[in-house]
Amino acid sequence: MKGEILFKNATLVDARGEHGTADVLVGEGRILSLSGGEAQRVVEAKGRCLSPGFFDLHAHLREPGQEVKEDLRSGLEAAARGGYTDLVSMPNTTPVVDRAEAVRALREKAAQIDRARLHPAAALTQGQEGQVLCEARLLREAGAVLLTDDGRTNEDAGVLALGLRYAASWGLPVAVHAEDAGLRRGGVMHEGEVSWRLGLPGNPAYAESARIARDLEVVRYVWEALETRPQGRSLLHFQHLSTRRGLELVRQAKREGLPISAEVTPHHLTLTDAHLEGLDPLYKVAPPLRTWADVEALVEGLLEGSLDCVATDHAPHTEDEKSLDLLRAPFGIPSLEVAWPLLYTELVQKRGFPLSVLVARFTDGPRRILGLPPIHLEEGAEASLVLWDPSQRRTVDPKGFASKARYSPWAGWGLSGWPLLTLVEGRVVFEGLG
Amino acid sequence: MSGATFPKHLLDFQEWERAQLESLLETAQMMQEVLARPVKKVPALTGFTVATVFFEPSTRTRISFELAARRMSADVVSFTSSASSTAKGETYRDTLRTLDQMGIDAYILRTDAAGVPHQAHRWLQKPVINAGDGWRAHPTQALLDAFTLREKLGSLEGKKIAIVGDILHSRVARSNAELLPRLGAQVVACGPATLLPGKLPGASLTTKLREALEEADAVMALRLQKERMDKGLLPSLPEYIAGYQITEARLAWAKPEAPLLHPGPMNRDVEIEGTLADSPRSLVERQVANGQAVRMAVLYHVLVGKR
Repeated sequence: MKGEILFKNATLVDARGEHGTADVLVGEGRILSLSGGEAQRVVEAKGRCLSPGFFDLHAHLREPGQEVKEDLRSGLEAAARGGYTDLVSMPNTTPVVDRAEAVRALREKAAQIDRARLHPAAALTQGQEGQVLCEARLLREAGAVLLTDDGRTNEDAGVLALGLRYAASWGLPVAVHAEDAGLRRGGVMHEGEVSWRLGLPGNPAYAESARIARDLEVVRYVWEALETRPQGRSLLHFQHLSTRRGLELVRQAKREGLPISAEVTPHHLTLTDAHLEGLDPLYKVAPPLRTWADVEALVEGLLEGSLDCVATDHAPHTEDEKSLDLLRAPFGIPSLEVAWPLLYTELVQKRGFPLSVLVARFTDGPRRILGLPPIHLEEGAEASLVLWDPSQRRTVDPKGFASKARYSPWAGWGLSGWPLLTLVEGRVVFEGLG
Repeated sequence: MSGATFPKHLLDFQEWERAQLESLLETAQMMQEVLARPVKKVPALTGFTVATVFFEPSTRTRISFELAARRMSADVVSFTSSASSTAKGETYRDTLRTLDQMGIDAYILRTDAAGVPHQAHRWLQKPVINAGDGWRAHPTQALLDAFTLREKLGSLEGKKIAIVGDILHSRVARSNAELLPRLGAQVVACGPATLLPGKLPGASLTTKLREALEEADAVMALRLQKERMDKGLLPSLPEYIAGYQITEARLAWAKPEAPLLHPGPMNRDVEIEGTLADSPRSLVERQVANGQAVRMAVLYHVLVGKR
């Protein structure tokens, strides 16, 4: 059998577990064999891990309209470097992605760029204004995979209920940024001892949980009234959970069988409000960095599966914008290029988090939310893969990022797990070997 | 003067120890003596250039700093801009870096947002004096409060100081809660429930005015911003006055002779009874006078320091 690339002695890790070493032959966009063969290119992968490509359910690529922060080229390049083969872009651009033509234009451009694959999310309501529903059917036909007013919060429960019902009828999940605007007020960081001492407006943990509690009731209402209930699919997806209390509500609702899912970001799993002590807007993000108790709970939630996936909420801004003061600097942390090494190092290496579970939360977890089949390392599987190095340690240096946001709260952290090679359907989209 | 070394900036009091603060207040005492002379000028800062950079207008504080610098023979330049115009165009960082190319030796910075003096300190590597940042800190105000209190009460060891008003949004309350306990005092912060933080290190919190004032050695009333009513944090002005205005009758709950302070500018007959503000119990004018001496001492410390 002749293929294009042969990974010799690669350690195979997918959502099902760790499968020892194998010689993985890739060709025609598929895994041709796990027992070697001839290939045009041989990659010595001894001591290195091969996994299905990562899937990011939540990234802001800023195109169209905000290309000074990021664009499709820099964002999809950053994703490929981070080991991502697939990425869902958020629609809060200028203009908002709320029409089929905009979705098509994004997909066509991304296909030409040929890095990570782009799966656009579209707005739930026109202009993300929370009033009139978008054309879910036409959007889906154009390739939108998710509807969300992310960047805004869905204040009107009635509109959300209509949106959930309508989107469900066309097989699209809805994602929400669950924060109660009234409780959040002008909060720029977690409300608690640090915010009170620093004199910064606080955003309480209950802004998140209060909104999740409301939204769960909305899902219950919609679910009970649905004529056909799609099994195993998520109706409502909660973005970037940040609090222990929010997680408890999600866990409870999942136990009751509500069709919901939830994600957690790399920053909410590794940073706390104590990082704001230095008064640096680099750490300003929404929802805000919470306390260590919240971090502990979120790691637990990721392990048990209450949190289905890790999503980056990669939110690039210019360095000038992030150098404004804490009241005016925009919310957001970029993380596409560090998410995997960061969590491999902080969770797997330092805390003994099971590797295959972390891989599952980067691969099968997000795919399941969109109704996509899993990719496992077996003959015939789609060759969208990432080869990464579990041992070599490297310091995070944002100056070398492909993203236009060349700063990072993890700058200077020593991490392992860096991606070396990313393949999309057998094509090399990131080459980081030697 | 002691042989203590000093932080080369004044952002807040986190890095300051009691001995350093005591020494700073002693220096302020010496500056007070300079200000009592017919010729109120010393050559201590000859050749230094100081910039007051105010992104939030505050004429009183700016004049106090500028006079303090001039009385020590420093050259002074001032930059004033509203935060809104800054947000549109040039960033704080650009403004400060531009000024830095002109050979400024120390920056006196006022902003409506917490943390900018810390950011400036990272960008500039020059002494930065915080002249008020958002709700966070106003260290020279706290120093002049401490100076004024010591003038009146002697040592602050074991003294109970009540701070009354909008604690949540007050940089003056935060800086005093940081400073006064370092000088041995006990701080009680009192205000309407909606204008109190959940916790304030250095102070105990209460909504009961009587509890705050009883046994107090001094009382400080804070300015009530009218915009708090617009944001729904207070039902009305009369409601605030009924609960928290410092009146002569209520001041009688405190220790006899307990003085009354206010950081200014005052809303007469809102947070403080107008007649009380003019009574001998009020140290408000003394605070303003002392502000200059304290700011001279701070400038001296960050620019010349101690041997």
